[in-house]
Amino acid sequence: MVRATLKSLLARKVRLLLSGLAVVLGVMFVSGAFVLTDTLGRSFDAVFADGFSDVDVNVAGKPKVALSEAEGEQVATPVPAAVLEQVKTVPGVAEAKGVVNADGARLIGSNGKVVASFGPPQLGENWLGESDLVTLREGREPRADGEIVVNAALAKAAKVKVGDRVGVLTLAPKQEFTLVGVFGYSGGRDSIGGVNEVAFTTPVAQRLMLGEPDVFTSITAQATDGTSPESLRDAVAGALGGQYEVKTGEQVAADASASLKEGLSFINKVLLGFAAVALLVGTFLILNTFSIIVAQRTRELALLRAIGASGRQVIGSVVLEAVAVGLIASVLGLGAGIGVGALLAYLFGKLAGGLAVAGLGVPAAAVIGAFSVGLVITVVAALLPALRASRIPPIAAMQDVANPDRPLTRVTVGGAVVTAIGAGLLFLGLGGHAGDNTLATILGGVLFAFIGVALLTPLISRPVVSLLGAIFAWSVPGKLGRLNSGRNPRRTAITAAALMVGIALVTGVTVILDSAKSSISSLATDTIKADLVIAGAQSGPRPPSFDPAVLDKAATLPGVQLVDGEYGDMAVVNGTRTWVAASSNVAALERIFGTKATAGDISRLAPDQLLLSSDTASARNLSVGSTVTVQLSRGDARTYTVSGIYESSQLTNPMVLPPQAVRDFAMPQPIQGFVQLAPGTRVEDVQPQVERLLADSPEVTVVDLGSFVKQQTSQLDTPLRMIQILLALAIAIAVLGIVNTLALSVLERTRELGLLRAIGLRRAQTMRMITVEAVVISLFGALLGVVVGSGLGAAVVRALKDEGITKLVLPWSQMGTFLILATIVGVVAAVLPAVRAARINVLGAIAHD
Amino acid sequence: MTATVGQQAQAAARASDVWKVYGSGEAQVVALRGVNAEFERGRFTAIMGPSGSGKSTLMHCLAGLDSVTRGTVMIGETTVTGLGDSGLTKLRRDKVGFIFQQFNLLPTLTAQENILLPLSIAGRKPDPAWYDTVIDTVGLRDRLGHRPAQLSGGQQQRVACARALVARPEVIFADEPTGNLDSRSGAEVLNFLRNSVREHGQTIVMVTHDPTAAAYADRVVFLADGEIVSELIEPTAETVLDTMKKLDTPAEVAN
Repeated sequence: MVRATLKSLLARKVRLLLSGLAVVLGVMFVSGAFVLTDTLGRSFDAVFADGFSDVDVNVAGKPKVALSEAEGEQVATPVPAAVLEQVKTVPGVAEAKGVVNADGARLIGSNGKVVASFGPPQLGENWLGESDLVTLREGREPRADGEIVVNAALAKAAKVKVGDRVGVLTLAPKQEFTLVGVFGYSGGRDSIGGVNEVAFTTPVAQRLMLGEPDVFTSITAQATDGTSPESLRDAVAGALGGQYEVKTGEQVAADASASLKEGLSFINKVLLGFAAVALLVGTFLILNTFSIIVAQRTRELALLRAIGASGRQVIGSVVLEAVAVGLIASVLGLGAGIGVGALLAYLFGKLAGGLAVAGLGVPAAAVIGAFSVGLVITVVAALLPALRASRIPPIAAMQDVANPDRPLTRVTVGGAVVTAIGAGLLFLGLGGHAGDNTLATILGGVLFAFIGVALLTPLISRPVVSLLGAIFAWSVPGKLGRLNSGRNPRRTAITAAALMVGIALVTGVTVILDSAKSSISSLATDTIKADLVIAGAQSGPRPPSFDPAVLDKAATLPGVQLVDGEYGDMAVVNGTRTWVAASSNVAALERIFGTKATAGDISRLAPDQLLLSSDTASARNLSVGSTVTVQLSRGDARTYTVSGIYESSQLTNPMVLPPQAVRDFAMPQPIQGFVQLAPGTRVEDVQPQVERLLADSPEVTVVDLGSFVKQQTSQLDTPLRMIQILLALAIAIAVLGIVNTLALSVLERTRELGLLRAIGLRRAQTMRMITVEAVVISLFGALLGVVVGSGLGAAVVRALKDEGITKLVLPWSQMGTFLILATIVGVVAAVLPAVRAARINVLGAIAHD
Repeated sequence: MTATVGQQAQAAARASDVWKVYGSGEAQVVALRGVNAEFERGRFTAIMGPSGSGKSTLMHCLAGLDSVTRGTVMIGETTVTGLGDSGLTKLRRDKVGFIFQQFNLLPTLTAQENILLPLSIAGRKPDPAWYDTVIDTVGLRDRLGHRPAQLSGGQQQRVACARALVARPEVIFADEPTGNLDSRSGAEVLNFLRNSVREHGQTIVMVTHDPTAAAYADRVVFLADGEIVSELIEPTAETVLDTMKKLDTPAEVAN
């Protein structure tokens, strides 16, 4: 039996190739995700181990507001200079240094633009001299306050050379320095992990990077010979008390690497999510292939039954075939995944500015994931056809069995039940009734909805396909193609459903993001009464900022009525973290943003008062007169009194602090500025003047309100495009499915095609017939996808109504594009099967002996 | 021995010195050896012979379904030999009708649509009077809306006959049209074919190995070993059977 199975598998290897390809792609995603995160993880380990290689013990302050990588740059609490002296006296310390080292030193390149970073920090630090790791390649060390050195990677990116005057943005607005040297690292490296570094003299670094004199970011110590880092750590910790975090260099490196790896696990999850989509589509494809193959082998299987094979043996033979296909596909997918993972890691390294990517490694998770996913998916997909195969009566071998039209009642009832479960889960998840499991519930709901709709598809395929086909029914080939596509509703349905999944997801996401964009921009345009906005596009962890002096100068420009600068910070308020804002002009809240007070006075703010949004007030159970404790990124915690509460909207901040609080913000410079003009003043007259004021703030520009809103909402386009690209893969797999179904159908209908050719159908007409069938199937799939996707998207948008997404925007033009694309996809998918059909040997097809 | 019967001008199909050779070298099989045959207009000719005699090959070559190695085939005024795929397709569409043993109908189309299919492919309208005549002759008026799966084997084969007839081709080739039918349905189909020749002047060439079926023809041509070896005019089942018995012995080696 096993022999017979493997022989018949080999005889049909081409047919299984396409369905196997779907598994290969899914497995590739899974193993690629693991390989990527593993490789990058090891690369980060190496980078940090290197960076702390000459540190035995590190002393740092505990952060006032702990943040994860995803939330922004955490500000370390500075260590007073006195601690350095204290550490130096600890027995076993050979040498101790005060290190200033903080993210946010942005160099202005020779083109006048800030050198951007897409991830690695832009460190501003004090020059500590050359070491085993760091050597000056050109020039000399910074000696005066107006001198800096930079690492070679930054010098190259900024296109600056020793002797140039360069501007640097820090906690302070732009300041000019003379570049006196360029340094590199051991092994001829320009950068470690893509990090850009600007080194000042110690006092300048303290002032510009930490905001106060005589403090350090950390203190590093080297042990005398014979003292282990661990024992030194314990000695230093004992001497300093519990106020500081004292760790060995190894520990610090491991902790820093671990925090970056947390970000990586997110990438891993995203990739695995897309792998799941690809595999879902692949499952449809394999299910279809095995169904068709079993149908075509009815006689062969019945013959096996007639000569004594049991039903179980027949199931076994089909499942064995699936195992073989799954195994081969898993091996190929794993190989491809390793390649893709390595390629992505390399690209990531490039993009991150020269991260030295660790050698290729294949983690066990990749191998286990590849084989379990590849095998399980294939076997599960083949199980249904296998069960059907086992029910073939032996008598079928003697009869001329076509594919009987089985009633669709069971599959329809099943589909309705599964769809209902999906809808129920979605209702629970979107309605916020699922608590902590909201995301899982929603995803489960979407999955069930897809499978349910796929099961319902055969029922609706007859009328819909017939209707779609009517477009082509004006010619005989078109009419025949239309009839063929409606011929086997299950086959058509599964093929179309595979396409539906990808298109539905893209449509759904587009509906949600477009609705969000439209809701936010109409709200912003309707409520913000500013004529000019100063803002920039955020590319790293830090929002762009500008010189606060611009605000005062802009206020004095003729025609300017009101200027407001907005600041922001992550803070701990009464023990919980929250985003807080500060406004240079509290009156702007009412006059520019049209915010209404619900309690107290929101037009003014004393240094010890703050304002709350109505949502925050009710969530935290606060009212006018309540006192709250606010710990900002820097400084000590302070107590404020609530002096007013304003109505929440999509645009309001949770709370507004007085301008005096700004100096303790992580970034004590405004991130957005709003300018209101006096009636009758023309925007074109004032805009160039503000532009001139911003000459030293290259991170931001001044634009009119409409452009600002567009600039802000266009940030949603990037995730949308990435999702579209990744889901294109799912759609590509579905196209393979169409090719597969058609190829198998052509094979199955060889005799019919021969007959048609015998009675005079031309080759071109034959090809047209197959093409119409393909186009009808893919149009059907796209239509389903657009409808299901709009439904899902609309459901989410409705659920987010309270979050301010009040408008439902259906992307009609994009949906139209999908239908046109589906037509093209159908035509492309039909090429090979159509050529094959047209080449059928008429005589061979109809000869009966 | 060669058979050249009938007047040349009346030939609906003609084979002149037709050779068909499959393969080459050691594996070479000669299926037809210089066959000369004419099939007159308005007559019902049967081609008979033991299996492997080349009777199906001859029909396939005559109908333009297979190419000849040497010699010429003509349908009416058209030389079939040397036509490309589109020429052959046009020939099959406009000049030839087919009735096969099985798989004669498209399962997705109704009986009526199947009957009209060759005309629709060619973009022609049926002659309504002739269409009515054909439908009445095959006796399927009440079954026109049915799909093939809802028809019996005999009915399906009559639909196939109607399809071949309705386009009024130069010649209809029938390849064992009763091979899959019981004797009663087979007799119905054969009667119908004979009537279409006698009453409407259709030309039919039928390949069969059944002497009873051959007896419905006006003339029987016998093939053995790729050559025409005998023929009978106005045959009966008995005379056909007698001739076959004489041929059977030497032809066993073929195929």
